[in-house]
Amino acid sequence: MNGFLGWIEERIPLMRVANMHAIQYPAPRNMNFWYVFGFLATIVLVNQIVTGIWLTMNFVPTSEGAFASVEYIMREIDYGWVIRYMHSTGASAFFIVVYMHMFRGMIYGSYQKPRELLWVFGMFIYLALMAEAFMGYVLPWGQMSYWGAQVIVSLFSAIPVIGPDLVIWIQGDYVISGATLSRFFALHVIALPLVIVILVFLHIIALHEVGSNNPDGVAIKHKKGSLPESEKTKYEIHEYYTSKYDIADDVLPFFPHIVLKDLVAFCIFLAAFTYIMFFAPEMGGKFLEHPNFEIANPLKTPEHIFPVWYFTPFYAILKAVPDKLFGVLAMFGAIAALFALPWVDRGRVKSWRYRCGLHKVNLIVFAIVFIFLGYLGGTPQENWKIIASQVATVMYFGFFVALFLYSKNENTKPVPERIPK
Amino acid sequence: MSNVSVDATESAHNDNQPENNTRRRFLTVATSVVGGVGVVGAAVPFIASWNPSAKAKAAGADIEVDISGIEPGQLVRVMWRSKPVWIVRRTPEILEELGGHEDQLKDPNSEAEQQPTFAQNRFRSMKEEYLILVGICTHLGCSPQHLKDGAFEEYVEGVPDGFFCPCHGSKFDMAGRVFENVPAPLNLVVPPYQFVDDTTIIIGSEAEVA
Repeated sequence: MNGFLGWIEERIPLMRVANMHAIQYPAPRNMNFWYVFGFLATIVLVNQIVTGIWLTMNFVPTSEGAFASVEYIMREIDYGWVIRYMHSTGASAFFIVVYMHMFRGMIYGSYQKPRELLWVFGMFIYLALMAEAFMGYVLPWGQMSYWGAQVIVSLFSAIPVIGPDLVIWIQGDYVISGATLSRFFALHVIALPLVIVILVFLHIIALHEVGSNNPDGVAIKHKKGSLPESEKTKYEIHEYYTSKYDIADDVLPFFPHIVLKDLVAFCIFLAAFTYIMFFAPEMGGKFLEHPNFEIANPLKTPEHIFPVWYFTPFYAILKAVPDKLFGVLAMFGAIAALFALPWVDRGRVKSWRYRCGLHKVNLIVFAIVFIFLGYLGGTPQENWKIIASQVATVMYFGFFVALFLYSKNENTKPVPERIPK
Repeated sequence: MSNVSVDATESAHNDNQPENNTRRRFLTVATSVVGGVGVVGAAVPFIASWNPSAKAKAAGADIEVDISGIEPGQLVRVMWRSKPVWIVRRTPEILEELGGHEDQLKDPNSEAEQQPTFAQNRFRSMKEEYLILVGICTHLGCSPQHLKDGAFEEYVEGVPDGFFCPCHGSKFDMAGRVFENVPAPLNLVVPPYQFVDDTTIIIGSEAEVA
């Protein structure tokens, strides 16, 4: 290396890091469409950061000014509506790609040994993302912002002894008020984005240390010296990986092969994203709820209060339990159970392709139950829905119980040594 | 140095052993403790700044309300500490109702401390006629609706008046007592209040015990 790049390389390892973590990273060649959502999530994160910075330029984080400043952005700033809809649609898009990304991890066993920490970092990103999205939704200071915040912050009052004082401390007032709004603004634009970016960095570092899983759950890294020269990859893979392992000819370098595949997905994603952004930014009241077009009024509760769609499965679990403290515990337990997934699953076979039929059924039922809970939590309360959400809550946790039980002595199919041709 | 072999030098450097273990341990512990105290001290302003400000506390002061204009059966909303406070002038018929459904209530005798001691009775008030409540559901903080003149029967048979929370379906009677089988765990809160005279109340504090 010489010239300008060489001059830089001697001072900072630009090409070395680019080669190691992107250009010459070994990716399994059988990665399918499920593997584009991590890339898409990164794109959405960048979108949220860029549009978010532009929104802060005109947003006024006070209870008097917030609602009007959002209207100002929408109506009087050139292209302000585009930037705001990119941000609000991006929030929902973030959860769509993250839910797909997580389900991918579940069906192909990407949380199993040795990827436990990778999964846990991912779950922390999900948790931070939920906090970020919740606080962001409060900022426009509409009716749903206000009453949604009221419901979520009140969850902490269920904590014995310190609960009520903790709520006042979080709110900075005796109710949700301007003080709450401005601290949520600070957390939303500075604290949590920093946390998320750091967690994403750790997620990627952990991924590259253990390597990408694939739909067959077959390892692509083999013990040094175990593969004959003819079975090793012919592609140029970074020596960070080849010096420690024999890399089978089951891999492709990340650039250009995987990048191009991801870009195809990006084009399709962008078509869907822009369609929603331009023609259905409210998504029938699911992405932007209708009561939020009315300014926050502490004296008037909207007739129905729902969180945004991506929280509704957990909200349904909260409502299903007739006791406040246990309802809150069940809701947080539903998220904690996902954290514990690498240890709940005692199986050694990763991909559902080679696991027992019960596992496939269990995963599909879990996905259906999750969507059904989302429906129950996002539509007006009716009598049959109480029973339905109780049944669905039991089934949600049943997924983990069943997995724990059958994964110990599971009847699995033989896993191939190498990725099938 | 020149007299010591290379190996010996390396091991002397590598095993990292201090000359005086007790002294090093003392210094490590002392430094950590002092540093820890410093961190805790430095955290105080950051945590305390989240408390309600002096302005918010001032806004949370007592309020005086003139109740002479309230018609029988009417509900009036006032703001106290930015919370909705209801003042309901109950008719004798409504007061009559209160005894009729106590078997359907979670806490008919107001045993949980959701009211000042003067209001720990069937009517949950100082003067039977006037019900004063914080209009925030004890489940998750929504503001229930006042349903009167039979409108509440849709939710509880045989009880014509009450409060219904639209968020999660909690139900309360005309003394703010919560019904069974709803998510709200407790009766509605009765704020501290006192009568200055027959038509004026102060919400936020109780009268000094004479």
